[in-house]
Amino acid sequence: MPFDPTLAAVRFGSGLSPIFGPPADAAALLADIDTSFTYSVPNFDDVVPSQRAFQQANKARNKARGTDQAEAVEQAFRDLRLLANGVFDQSLRSSLARQVGADIGFKARLGTFFANHFTVKSRNSAQRHLVTPYVEDAITPHLNGHFSAMLRAVVTHPMMLLYLQQVQSVGPLSPLGKRRNRGINENLARELLELHTLGVDGTYAQADVRELAELLTGLTYNGQRGFFYDGRFAEPGSETVLGITYDAADGLDNILRAVDDLAVHPQTARHIATKIAVAFVADTPDVGLVDAMAAAFVATDGFLPAVYASMLDHPAAWGSELQKIKSPQRFITSAMRALGVTGDEMDQASGRHLRGLVVRPLRVMGQPWEQPNGPDGWPDDSTAWISPQGMAGRISWAMTAPRKLVRDRMSDPRDFVQTALGPLASQDVIFAASAAEVRDEGVGVVLASPAFQRS
Amino acid sequence: MDRRKFLVRVAALGCSAAASPLVTPVALAQAPWDARLVVIILRGAMDGLDVFRPVGDPDYAGLRPTLRQGTMDLTGFFGMNAALSPLIPLWQTGEMGAAHAVSTPYRDKRSHFDGQDILEAGRPGIIGASNDGWLNRMLQTIPGITGETAFAIGRDQQLIMSGDAPAARWSPDADLTLSPQAERLLGLIYDADPMFKTASAQAIRIAQSIAMTAASDVERTDMMMADPMMAAVNANKEHVQLAEFAAARLRGDTRIASFSVSGWDTHLNQKGGITNALRRLSDTILTLRAGLGPVWDKTAVLCLTEFGRTAAENGTKGTDHGTGGAMIYAGGALNGGRILGDWPGLAEADLYNRRDLMPTRDVRAYPAWVMHDLLGISRRAIEMSVFPGLQMGSNPGIVA
Repeated sequence: MPFDPTLAAVRFGSGLSPIFGPPADAAALLADIDTSFTYSVPNFDDVVPSQRAFQQANKARNKARGTDQAEAVEQAFRDLRLLANGVFDQSLRSSLARQVGADIGFKARLGTFFANHFTVKSRNSAQRHLVTPYVEDAITPHLNGHFSAMLRAVVTHPMMLLYLQQVQSVGPLSPLGKRRNRGINENLARELLELHTLGVDGTYAQADVRELAELLTGLTYNGQRGFFYDGRFAEPGSETVLGITYDAADGLDNILRAVDDLAVHPQTARHIATKIAVAFVADTPDVGLVDAMAAAFVATDGFLPAVYASMLDHPAAWGSELQKIKSPQRFITSAMRALGVTGDEMDQASGRHLRGLVVRPLRVMGQPWEQPNGPDGWPDDSTAWISPQGMAGRISWAMTAPRKLVRDRMSDPRDFVQTALGPLASQDVIFAASAAEVRDEGVGVVLASPAFQRS
Repeated sequence: MDRRKFLVRVAALGCSAAASPLVTPVALAQAPWDARLVVIILRGAMDGLDVFRPVGDPDYAGLRPTLRQGTMDLTGFFGMNAALSPLIPLWQTGEMGAAHAVSTPYRDKRSHFDGQDILEAGRPGIIGASNDGWLNRMLQTIPGITGETAFAIGRDQQLIMSGDAPAARWSPDADLTLSPQAERLLGLIYDADPMFKTASAQAIRIAQSIAMTAASDVERTDMMMADPMMAAVNANKEHVQLAEFAAARLRGDTRIASFSVSGWDTHLNQKGGITNALRRLSDTILTLRAGLGPVWDKTAVLCLTEFGRTAAENGTKGTDHGTGGAMIYAGGALNGGRILGDWPGLAEADLYNRRDLMPTRDVRAYPAWVMHDLLGISRRAIEMSVFPGLQMGSNPGIVA
């Protein structure tokens, strides 16, 4: 089929660049998922300050209240928060640098996609710097593996257990449930079925949510031990989810068996195939494309590279019409890339640049960093992004940010239109770039153009 | 491009730019009514039973062992969560009330996202990509709606206002200043892409109109903050800024506004979560009231949520996704100081699926009657197109 290098870079990679040429063929895109990211972010277990450090500092603060230690302890807590803010900022820089400075960027795009599919949010300021580490642990290592491995990693990750409140869910008939009169919280079980696996159109009922919630009891986390299975929380007896019965006696194994069963369910295959096709190709993707991807998922028990390969192999993935609108994040990173900003520059951006050129603009464009509304993550349909306020944010950024990013390296707009759009440049955009009164506006018009906003 | 061709293009650009909505000031049509309707979507499923508490129901205490503290009496049978105490003066003057045991037609799957889609679409089921919102379909029944009659405010996508009728979308933190040449060039490159053309034209128009009223808005905000009921409201919070922006638009030509207040998904330790959410909501309502000034008397504010929550507390001092819930309403145009609706009871056999508060009325009936009595929309238009499949039933008398 008509593989096209420009479309490969724009639709599946992180965009055209004056530094990196577009991918030569589909094999190059697929090879990208086996490479390692250049810019590092910490893992949850290694991150400083840890969740535990915050808990201890908080305890110390409560204890010292009203004593002469109070001021010193308060200062220690503030220092910890500053340290955490630094980690948060650096994680944002690295995450964006992975897009801006990627050779191809297919892996970085997939990483963003699955991080969004398995959205977690911080529930308090002590967790704010822990979202990117979650992605690094649970998503990144599994982008070139089986979906089931990613699902296991997500369902047992402290951040997911905290975000969807699994750590508080207790089997009412478990030893702890009876003693402390506590019970089930359905949150994770419901989203596991509705968002993570079968999808909301899946054939599950409230009874499946309930039984799965009972089955998941025992999954927990604390600052000292990290993730672990605690039988004292676990509801005894067997649970039936989608017609399969799991015996609680097997503890964690049993839960993971159910997770694996959900991961390879044919409705999961269809749901994941559809979501990937929607993210990369079109809001309403070709049915044949989704069929092929779902079939590849089923045939390989959810081996993700096979699903990607079937997408890249399908003619409908290479239609010349640009049907997707870039998310604000992707708009900003692909624009930086087109402007010739390097990964290292992004990775070392000053705090002022980071806030003024990334954090605040993302908020106005409707995609504040790591703060989607809920566990369903960012929307994937074009109309969600192209609102008047979103457009105002994009146009303002296009007109004002490039100068601040590249200063005297600003290209002539007539060259920039070729760098940024290549063969996708329409006559109108080529004309508009040349007709601007000042260089910044010429570059801005190119970045604000539909051809650059779409993919 | 040679010079001659260039000049031809510039000339052509000059012509098309003059006709382009990007540079043509759009005269606002006379608004069709003087009344104002504000719809606030409470995203995350507000627990109606914890906001308007049926303390007179014999089963209430047993279902809510830890979630009963801090109740202010309203009717004897119903009490109100004390987090809404700043609204008590409004309850006393009949400017605030509620409808209980209501729900959309959505049942059983209890997904926030489908639940919100159905609430905003106002249809009995999900109909997919071509979905539009009920406020937009209401606007479609009025000939000659233009420009800024209706405003969806905030950064979130609001299906409730999406559709074929023109409706503005804006977020108070957005801003757009362009040189005339940049504006013309953008007009040219967006001309062939309807989605970009519409959104950018609106962005430019709204930014200009906000710039024009900026001075009087600042003045009004100062006056507003002097209102004694605003003393406890923190003007820097995002929800207050949304409400302030909405009030500024509604003082002018805007008649319909919608925005969201989230934070209602209280699975865990609900007391803290719902207290914060209710404070945000009362701040929002008080800001609208202060910001609207005399216009408040012609205003109806309806606060709708996707579904209610389980009748019983869950195992983590919270509640899970349920069915029947409550609608809060406010505004000088409405008849408050009452809890509307038929109470189904909380005995196990009276619950929906032995689990959730049984809805006794389609929540759409209340906005339907508000649109009917306040905006003069016909019953036929409402039942046929705004809320397809709704039987409006008897008039609950929500409009004063």
